[in-house]
Amino acid sequence: MQDTNNLKATRPLTHGIDISALDRHDAVATRGTEETCIQTEALNLYYGAKQALKDINITLPKYRVSAFIGPSGCGKSTLLRCFNRMNDLIDDVRIDGAILLDGADIQTRDVNVAELRRRVGMVFQKPNPFPKSIYENVAYGLRINGINKRRYLDEVVEKALRDAALWDEVKDRLNESALSLSGGQQQRLVIARAIAVEPEVLLLDEPASALDPISTLKIEELVYELKSRYTIVIVTHNMQQAARVSDYTAFMYMGEMIEFDSAATLFTNPRDRRTEDYITGRYG
Amino acid sequence: MRQWFRSGTPWIWLTAAAVSASLIMVIGLVSLIAIRGLGYFWPGEVLDIQYRDADHHTVRIIGERYDEERVSASRLRESGVDLTTNAEQIERYLIKTGNRDVGGLDFRWLIEPDITTIERPGDVAVIERREWGNLYGFLIALKQGGQVVAEGDQAWPALAQRLDRARDLFAQIRAVQKEAMGEVNHGLEKLRLRERMLEIRGENDPERRLEIVAQRQELAARYADLEQRLVGLSEAIARDSIVVQTADGGIVEVPLAKTVRIFRPNSMGPTGKIAHYLEKLWEFVSDDPREANTEGGIFPAIFGTVLMVIIMSVIVTPFGVIAAVYLREYARQGVVTRLIRIAVNNLAGVPAIVYGVFGLGFFVYFVGGGIDQWMFPESLPAPTFGTPGILWASLTLAILTLPVVIVATEEGLARIPRSIREGSLALGATKAETLWRTVLPMASPAMMTGLILAVARAAGEVAPLMLVGVVKLAPSMPLDGDFPFLHLDRKFMHLGFHIYDVGFQSPNVEAARPLVYATALLLVLVILVLNLAAIAIRNRLREKYRSLES
Repeated sequence: MQDTNNLKATRPLTHGIDISALDRHDAVATRGTEETCIQTEALNLYYGAKQALKDINITLPKYRVSAFIGPSGCGKSTLLRCFNRMNDLIDDVRIDGAILLDGADIQTRDVNVAELRRRVGMVFQKPNPFPKSIYENVAYGLRINGINKRRYLDEVVEKALRDAALWDEVKDRLNESALSLSGGQQQRLVIARAIAVEPEVLLLDEPASALDPISTLKIEELVYELKSRYTIVIVTHNMQQAARVSDYTAFMYMGEMIEFDSAATLFTNPRDRRTEDYITGRYG
Repeated sequence: MRQWFRSGTPWIWLTAAAVSASLIMVIGLVSLIAIRGLGYFWPGEVLDIQYRDADHHTVRIIGERYDEERVSASRLRESGVDLTTNAEQIERYLIKTGNRDVGGLDFRWLIEPDITTIERPGDVAVIERREWGNLYGFLIALKQGGQVVAEGDQAWPALAQRLDRARDLFAQIRAVQKEAMGEVNHGLEKLRLRERMLEIRGENDPERRLEIVAQRQELAARYADLEQRLVGLSEAIARDSIVVQTADGGIVEVPLAKTVRIFRPNSMGPTGKIAHYLEKLWEFVSDDPREANTEGGIFPAIFGTVLMVIIMSVIVTPFGVIAAVYLREYARQGVVTRLIRIAVNNLAGVPAIVYGVFGLGFFVYFVGGGIDQWMFPESLPAPTFGTPGILWASLTLAILTLPVVIVATEEGLARIPRSIREGSLALGATKAETLWRTVLPMASPAMMTGLILAVARAAGEVAPLMLVGVVKLAPSMPLDGDFPFLHLDRKFMHLGFHIYDVGFQSPNVEAARPLVYATALLLVLVILVLNLAAIAIRNRLREKYRSLES
C-alpha cells in the first residue's frame, strides 16, 4: 500500500519525478549477478530504407521489470515488438543482429514463431479483448494449444484472473461478453489472458496509456506482483510510471539506446546529457 | 437568397425530397401490384346485361365487369362501330363472359350507350371448371347417372355434398396418378436403366436378366392394379353432373368431375365473400397451376424459386468467403491482387443473360455432358445432367452473385481491427488459428450482408434461368419422396419466369393479367421473406461479435 501513498506523495521531487518510489530498488541486487533473460547484439531494424533501431545492445535480467522510455517515435515499441517477432507482420521490415532469449537466437528461420509468442506474451496499448465471453478470452490461448478439458480450463482461468486481480470483480459473470467490462478491467483481462498460457516474459506496450488514473494504479500494482514470476518489459512514455514500476530503465532516443541502468541511477544520476534533458522535461 | 443557399437549407430540402420520391415510388409500386393482384381473388358481381350489338339485335350477356375505359368516339367510328350518340367520349366496359367452349371468346368489350339494362340476378352461378375457364349461367338441374335428381332451387342444397364427393374423388385420382403410378414408373425406368447398364458392361447373364424380368413383372402387376383402381375412381367421379342454362339460352351439361367450385356471387354475404376470397388465395399459393398456368395456384413456382435460392446460397457462400479470405489475408497485396479485385468487381456488372449463355455452354453441355458420359451412360442418348436443370441454374446464379459475396466479405475482413489479430497472434496462435477462431467469426455479419445482396439479386433474376433450367410447367418437383429425394437434374418452375410466361406467352392475356400482378406480389414477398431471414441471422451475429469500436 506504500505505492498507493506515493501516488499522491507530497514529498519533495527531484527533476519533477517522485523518487521516493525508487526506495524499494535499493534492495535490488546490482547488475551482473542476475540471470539474463533477453539479450540483443548489434540489433538494427529498418522499415524499408528508414532505420528505426540503431545498434541496440541490451541485456534484460530475469524476474525484473525493465522499462523503456523515450519520446514518441524513438523506437521503444519497435524494440519491444522484436522480442516476440511481432514485426514479422509488417511488410518491408529488415532486421540484422541477434536477439537471444535464454541464450537462443529467436531470429532464425527454424524458430517456431507461434511457440515463441506463447513464451513471450504481450499486452497492447489499447485493451483488445476478443468479442467472446470473459471465460473464453482467458481460455483462448489454452484452447489453441489443444487444451479443452473443462475442469483444467476452469482452474487455469480462475488462477489467471486471480493473478490479474480481476477474479473478484468478474467471478459471477464469466460468461458475459468481455466487451461489457470497463477499460481498466479489459486491460487486466488481457493480462490474465496473456499469463494463462504461462509465458516466461511479459511485454507490456504502454499498457496504461488509455486508462484512467485508478485503473493505471491497479495495472502498476499488478506489474509489481507479477515480476516475481515473469520477466516484464514495459514501454511507457510516462516517466513517473517507469520510476514507480521498473527495476531497470532504458532511455531511447531516435532509434538509439542512450542509457540503460537501474531505475534509481537513471532517474537520479543520469550519465548522458540527453537523458537528463528528457527526464527533466526539456523535450519529449 | 445567397444567405439561404449558404445556410445549407436547400441542400436539406433536396436530399429529403430525393428520399421522399424514392419512398413514394416504392410504396406506389408495391401497392399497385398488391391492389391489382389481390383484388383478383375477390368474388365480383355477375351482371346480366341486355345489349344491342352491331347488327342491332338485342343479345343477353352474362359476365363480370373486368375493366373499363373512356375512348374517343371518333376512334370507335373509325374502327367501324356504328354509334348512336354524339358524345365525344364514350365509356366502354370489358366483360368477362366466360363460356369459352360455347361462345369462343371469353372477354367482350361493350359500349356504354348500347347497353339497355343491367341486372344482378341472385341465382346466377359461376362454375369454375378444370378446363375451358369459367362458365356463367343458371343451374337448372342436378343429374346422377344421367337421371335428374333435383331441379331448380332444390338443386343447390343437394349440390354441395356431391361437389365435396367429386373433389374428394379427384384428389384420390390425382394421388394414384401422381404418387403411386409415378413411383411405379420410376421403378420401371430404374429397371430399364439397370438392364441397359448390364448390357453396356457386358454382364448381361441370364440369371440377372431373369431377376429383372421378375421385378418388371411385379411392377407391371402393380401398375395394372393401380389402373384398375383408377378406372373405378373415374367411374365414380363421373356419376354426377349439372345442367346449366347459359346467357344465350343454350343448355350445357357439366360433369362435376370437371368442376372446381360452383358459387353464386350475387347472393353471397360479406362473410361468404371473405371465405371465398381466402379459399382462392390459399389455392393460389398452395396448388398446382391449371389451364396453361392461367388458373389455379403457383406453388411449384414458389417452391422452385426458394429451393434454387437455397442451393445457390449453399454454393456461393463458401466459395465467395474462401476467395475473399485468400485475396485479403494470404495473397501478396500487389498489382496482381489489384487486377483480380478489379476483375471481380467488373464481373458484377456483366449482364445476367451472358451468365446464362455461359451456364448453358459450360455447365449444361460441357460439365453435364461429361457427367452423363461418365456416370449415366445407361440412359444415353437421353441426357440426365446434360440438360438444363436446377443444379445448373443454381450454379449459374452462384457465379453471377459471387462478386457480391467476395466484395462484402473482403470489406468485412478489412474492418476487423488490427489489434484483435495481434492479440490472438501474441498468444501463440498461428495465422490460420487466428482466422478460424477470431477473424472469420467477427467477419460473419459481413458475409451475411453479401449473402443478403446475393439472394436479393438471384431471386429476381429471370433471363439466365431461361437458358439453364426454368420451364413453363415442370411435371415433377425437384424435391420429392423418391430416392434420392433432391433431384438436382430436374427442371423447375420459377416465379419470375412465371410472370413472364403468364403475362406474355399465355393464350389468354386478359384472363392472365391479374395473375401477373399477384405473382409479382408473391415474388416480392418471397424475396422479402428470404432477406428478412438473412437479416435476422446477421443481426444476431452482429450482436454477438460487436467489435471494439461500437
